Amino acid sequence: MTALEASGRSTVPAVDAQASAAGPRPVTPATDHPRRDTVRKWAEIALFVGPALVLFLTFVVYPVVSAARFSLYKWNGVSQFSDAEFIGFENYARALFGGTDPATQEAFVTAYSEPFWQALSHNFAIIFLSMAVQLPIALLVALTLNRKFRGRAFTRVVIFAPYVLSEVIAGIMWLIIFDPNGIATEFMQSIGLDSPAGGWLEDPTWGFWTVFFIITWKYVGLAIILFLAGLSGVSEDLQEAAAIDGASWWQIQWRINIPLIGPTIRIWAFLSIIGSIQLFDMVWVLNRGGTAGQYSTIASYMMEIGFFRADWGYGSAIAVIMFILSFVIALAYMATILRRDNAHPRKAR
Amino acid sequence: MAVDLNTRTETPRSTGRTRRRGGLLPEGSTYVAIGIALVGVGLTLGPILYLILGGFRTQGDLAANPTGLPDPFMWQNYWDILSKPMFWRQLLNSTLVAVATTAGVVLFGTMAAYPLARYSFKAREFIFVIFTTGLMFPLTVAVLPLYLLLRDMGISGLWGLVIPQIAFGLPVTIIILRPFLAALPKELEEASFMDGISRIGFFWRMLLPLARPAMVTVGVLAFIGSWNAYLLPLLLLTGDPSGMTLPLGVTTFQGQHSAATTMIMAYTSLAMLPALVFFLLMERRIVDGLTGAVKG
Repeated sequence: MTALEASGRSTVPAVDAQASAAGPRPVTPATDHPRRDTVRKWAEIALFVGPALVLFLTFVVYPVVSAARFSLYKWNGVSQFSDAEFIGFENYARALFGGTDPATQEAFVTAYSEPFWQALSHNFAIIFLSMAVQLPIALLVALTLNRKFRGRAFTRVVIFAPYVLSEVIAGIMWLIIFDPNGIATEFMQSIGLDSPAGGWLEDPTWGFWTVFFIITWKYVGLAIILFLAGLSGVSEDLQEAAAIDGASWWQIQWRINIPLIGPTIRIWAFLSIIGSIQLFDMVWVLNRGGTAGQYSTIASYMMEIGFFRADWGYGSAIAVIMFILSFVIALAYMATILRRDNAHPRKAR
Repeated sequence: MAVDLNTRTETPRSTGRTRRRGGLLPEGSTYVAIGIALVGVGLTLGPILYLILGGFRTQGDLAANPTGLPDPFMWQNYWDILSKPMFWRQLLNSTLVAVATTAGVVLFGTMAAYPLARYSFKAREFIFVIFTTGLMFPLTVAVLPLYLLLRDMGISGLWGLVIPQIAFGLPVTIIILRPFLAALPKELEEASFMDGISRIGFFWRMLLPLARPAMVTVGVLAFIGSWNAYLLPLLLLTGDPSGMTLPLGVTTFQGQHSAATTMIMAYTSLAMLPALVFFLLMERRIVDGLTGAVKG
């Protein structure tokens, strides 16, 4: 959620901590045995940090490292791993370029790299569309709702509701609505429009757009709520000063409010991009990424091939590619777009 | 809109209850705001209401009359589900897992954040960075090896969900809690130590009560994450549906009753309601947590 703090912002709390924990006067319990104190201090640190560190290293770091190791092997996950065949970067090569089957000399392209690139293109399409569609919607709604009117609190709560709903429940709800004989088709008929012939989700081109609509429904509330929280921190004095100078509502939004919630927008965009790369639950509930993978994502492709088709080495390679992708994008985003916010972290508050 | 603005600035509202002073600030039209609010609420609630109402329909009614009110209006679907133990078992499983996850995340997270915020020692920043890298490791990347690890360790069932969920929840928790704990005045410690309280005593008696707001925030985030979790249960809780959590239970039910759409609608609605009520009550906390996490 806040990967940016991983490197960019970690200096901020660190300074605070430094000031309080290692201030001018050392703050320690008063005793006369400095040596015993040091041992005692380290014992306390181990006691406090130990459980969390052990859990984290065992169940987060170790599996991630294992994924990197598995990705170099041909392994079905059932037999002993020691029997697995080491194949170097073959799994990666298959995903990225196809490769050839050693037995039949047939190209792997249709089996491996085509669905991989198809899935990856969906992730990037979702990233792009989130910026092009969800961002303007969320900004417009947040800016208009950033004022007093009857029912404001209720509206905020309701608009936020889809975000806290589980992906599974939202997914099944939309599956029923977008059933070929469901209410969405009925609705289109009643206003005299055609609905996709092959079904909302099954249609090769409509499927992706239907899923994007569902994703927008599910996640746009987060953007609205974050933007509203950012807007509530914008000083009214500025807006009033602008109003006195004759600025219109639009000018105030465009020149004052939107620039001042810039940090919030940029962080939302960051979360959205990372979330789009790792998108899984929703597409999986919606028929495992589509009957022909028409809205698969790399995460759903990884599960399909790694777990349910028991190609663990290849699935792990996909997982590593996904990790590298989000890592590189995160670093690039922090180094370029978020850098100026981090230079003045207090402004974001 | 511009016309509306002018009338507004010329006639300052005298309600006095508004946050804004006078009518100085052009706010755009209230009607536009209410219009957008109505559209937003309709698009959000419409599908949810359709789902809940669908649970009251007969299968034939859903096909013949999907847009109208249920006719006949029947409780049978909901009653069928609520009168059998399966739904309640899954609700209990979800609750147990979410409560245990939340307790673990908050306890271990606060414990770890305390020295990282208020002790000064050599490896402090290094350990903190280790935890923050966890944000780069999503569950999706680790899930296949994690499944094997749990299998090899013999951890199965609900514990197999709780333990990894705690581990994956720790980074965000520590990142939110550390600056919060660091910001508490250091005079607290000085005074406590002068009174002869040890650091551990200080943690239990001073820090935990003072950190409560932040702990509630991270707790709510951990609870939501656990309650909605799907990927890990999908791999771990195969087989007996009575051992499943609600999200997985819903998909299993959907698979078993694929012809009985209205039954699925009822089951999904029931699975949604407790969480929805809880989350809407905690909306303030969730938003605080999310914006807190975003702003650091």
